[in-house]
Amino acid sequence: MQVGKSRVLALLAAASIVASACGSSTATPTVAPTTGPGATPTVAPTAAPSATGLPATDTTVYPRAQTLYTSGKQWGAPSTWNPLDPNAAMGVVGLQYETLFLYDPIKDVYTPWLASGGSWDSTNTTYTINVRQGVTWSDGSAFTAADVAFSINLYQNTTLGSDLFTFVKAVTVSGNNVVVTFQGTPAYQEWNQDLYNMPMVPAAIWTQYNNENIFKFLNQNGVGTGPYMYKTAAQDRMVWVKNPNWWATAALGLSVQPTYIVDIVNSSNNVALGELLSGGLDLDNNYLPGIAQLVSGGYNITTYFAGPPYMLAGNTAWLVPNTKKKPLDDPAFRKALAEAINPQNVVVKDYGNIVAAANPTGLLPVWDKYVDQTVVKNLGVTFNTAKAKADLKAAGYKVGSDGFVTNKDGSPIKLNLEVPDGWSDWMEAENLIAADAALAGININPTHPDDATVVNDEKGTSSAAPTFDLVINNDVQIGSTPWTYYDYIFRQPEIAAGPARNRNYEQYDNAKAWALVQKLDQTLDVTAMQAITSQLQTIQLTDEPIIPLWYNGEWSQVNNSVWTNWPSDTTYHVQPATWNGYWQMGAIYMLTNIKPAG
Amino acid sequence: MRRYFGRKLFTYLITFFVAATIDWMIPRFMPGDPVAGLVSQTNGISPTAAQALADYYYKLFGLKESLPAQYLNFWNSLLHGNLGLSVYGHGTPVTDMIMAAVPYTLALLIPAILLSWWAGNTFGALAARRKWLDNTVLPVGYILTATPYMWLALVLSFVLAFSLRLFPLSGGYGFNLEPTLTWLFFTDLVAHWVLPFLSLFLVMFGGWAIGMRNMIIYELESDYSRYLETLGAPQSLVRKYAFRNAMLPQITGLALQLGVIVAGALVTEIVFSYPGVGHLVFAAIQSEDYFLLQGIFMFIIIGVLLANFIVDIVYVIVDPRTRVAMRGGTA
Repeated sequence: MQVGKSRVLALLAAASIVASACGSSTATPTVAPTTGPGATPTVAPTAAPSATGLPATDTTVYPRAQTLYTSGKQWGAPSTWNPLDPNAAMGVVGLQYETLFLYDPIKDVYTPWLASGGSWDSTNTTYTINVRQGVTWSDGSAFTAADVAFSINLYQNTTLGSDLFTFVKAVTVSGNNVVVTFQGTPAYQEWNQDLYNMPMVPAAIWTQYNNENIFKFLNQNGVGTGPYMYKTAAQDRMVWVKNPNWWATAALGLSVQPTYIVDIVNSSNNVALGELLSGGLDLDNNYLPGIAQLVSGGYNITTYFAGPPYMLAGNTAWLVPNTKKKPLDDPAFRKALAEAINPQNVVVKDYGNIVAAANPTGLLPVWDKYVDQTVVKNLGVTFNTAKAKADLKAAGYKVGSDGFVTNKDGSPIKLNLEVPDGWSDWMEAENLIAADAALAGININPTHPDDATVVNDEKGTSSAAPTFDLVINNDVQIGSTPWTYYDYIFRQPEIAAGPARNRNYEQYDNAKAWALVQKLDQTLDVTAMQAITSQLQTIQLTDEPIIPLWYNGEWSQVNNSVWTNWPSDTTYHVQPATWNGYWQMGAIYMLTNIKPAG
Repeated sequence: MRRYFGRKLFTYLITFFVAATIDWMIPRFMPGDPVAGLVSQTNGISPTAAQALADYYYKLFGLKESLPAQYLNFWNSLLHGNLGLSVYGHGTPVTDMIMAAVPYTLALLIPAILLSWWAGNTFGALAARRKWLDNTVLPVGYILTATPYMWLALVLSFVLAFSLRLFPLSGGYGFNLEPTLTWLFFTDLVAHWVLPFLSLFLVMFGGWAIGMRNMIIYELESDYSRYLETLGAPQSLVRKYAFRNAMLPQITGLALQLGVIVAGALVTEIVFSYPGVGHLVFAAIQSEDYFLLQGIFMFIIIGVLLANFIVDIVYVIVDPRTRVAMRGGTA
């Protein structure tokens, strides 16, 4: 027994020695890197793994100073690298596959990327894409106009379910250009959005996969034009390695700084916070509670703004009422509900000022120019408990014996408000909302079932209509056009209940508003767009189909120990996020601008 | 002997059939549509694209078929060794996902269970006879076994990983490494293993030690021990018999623990982001992944049955009474 005991102790001691040695080696690897930053890796990273399944070279250790660690986009193991699959791994579109243009939501500017330019003809009915010359795919072959036409025409594949060819007539190659013709008036807003969202793929490889099984093509280790190439992936990570021959280095003088990008699959809050604070993570795009305190806590953590609201606005969090249910079918009731809620409470008490209250239209700050301030002044709802009470009374809602208003037929009102379990910020927000509403006599019951149940109640299923009363939702992200935002609110006809219902959850029915939304899609001129959005705002603020609450942050907290010069209010203004769509909205410039610390 | 094992085997087959059927049923009674959850992760795509994606997933997972057809598919695939495709993994075969996670779980749990069992039994048995040990091991054991795994894991992670930086915070191996047959990778793997292991080992150790200590005291007070003592048998002989008898329930406990081993250590794995099966179970539940959950439970079912079977055999070896019973006699 004595021998056995000492054996265990020896084992533990040995393990801890090995471990502590290793702990420090995580920070500074003992194996010297074979490649310097920017140098060509000695072995092409696309090389196939050896027969043992293990890579044959020592590029399996990523030097800390050349590696960027990110987290936030990936909610499960990376499992597909097909850029056409919306569930593709972090960076597939943006780092590996690129788009024709970039779009900068802060400046509202399109930057030619894989296109060297693009223009409408004099009648705004034909669009010509000038394909950039001198771009190569990561397998060395040339990127051509044929690849561009092929990539756009891919959207005719019905498996992808794209709307593109409902308004695009034909996409043809003309020399080094690609000419796009439209049926009727082009849907300019959608087209502009597609210009910076459609990934360009090599026709030579993809032709054979362009069939009904296109999603089954997982495209691991694919061929793209972007600054990074597939290195490896595991259950908990996605690793990219720099493409030494990225076209933009010669063409635009741009060079991405990290040799490796390791994106870590989202883990629990304690792990994410611990890794960020200890420098194991450079960029974290998750909501982390209490980040405002940590910014001033000496951890070398910074955010986009040094003070409130700390984060850029990424999307609007709304209260979605089920307008098919009483009393939420009554605009007067919805308006009173909106008046009863003080979003500032959520901003201060829940978020500690890392978000800002939404303006009454809910339009994100990047779309400020589309807000008609006169309409907002006349019709916009502001927090006012007394007015909410008075409006409820005027609309015929009497107060019952329990102090809460009742339906007009005298039956009690109890509205269930659902947010997904575990979304701690929203769980606190719904309590504050319910407390505010109670002061005006509206009985809201805050609940937090699991995420799947919320999705189910919100979307309904093929056999059951949506059952929710109230949910909080933030599906519309920043982008090039407020059309997406109004399409989200007013979409008609009603989308069948089920997974595809990702618009108009409130089931608000207004043919006039929908006609305006479609007209907005087909409008190119900003002044003409403003005239339409003004009318839409009049409808929205009168009927209050959806209640804007606050601007959810573009959560982004960075550690400056290894990489510095991050995007911020005081440095350069680009999106600091790794989420889908953000690389093309300028986040790629973050990678060309960050610098190794000391 | 053959009849004994034949009967056991038959019971196991029936149990397996029933357990597998329940395993198939449970996830399907969970509310919600897994495909809806999967599609809702794709912010900003058009409703037509969302519908197309949903159709693709429904077809891929066979979820649009009737329940009886799904049940038949389940057995058909199962008998072909196919556990289906994972929803959480967007269509990755469940077997691949489980196989990738199992090594981590086994490497964590087998040493944790066996070492804690051995150490716990040893210390527990000693404690039963030594006052000073009883006064130290027992209270420590009680505290340890009452400690929630998660709390201990968080404390270890905060103190040893975050504050003292002796061990890495999370993951199965460094995020700066790829699996290779190198000393660097091996030591890194061990470093990531230590804290999850320690948090499991300590809690389990407490449980075994208390169990063994109580059992030994019980056995030493029993009639056969007293009889042996009055016959004048030396203390060491009495203790030897007491120890052997006290071991029986501990062996059953060990087998049951080993049986559910593939379930992983859910909470510990989450706290340390350790890529084992427990982590997968959590992900599977969150994303309503019928197939992954089913697959993992299948491993658990097989594990438990196998462990029980092994216990049956071990009992024959270690407990003479079982051998007697098998020959038709009475103990």
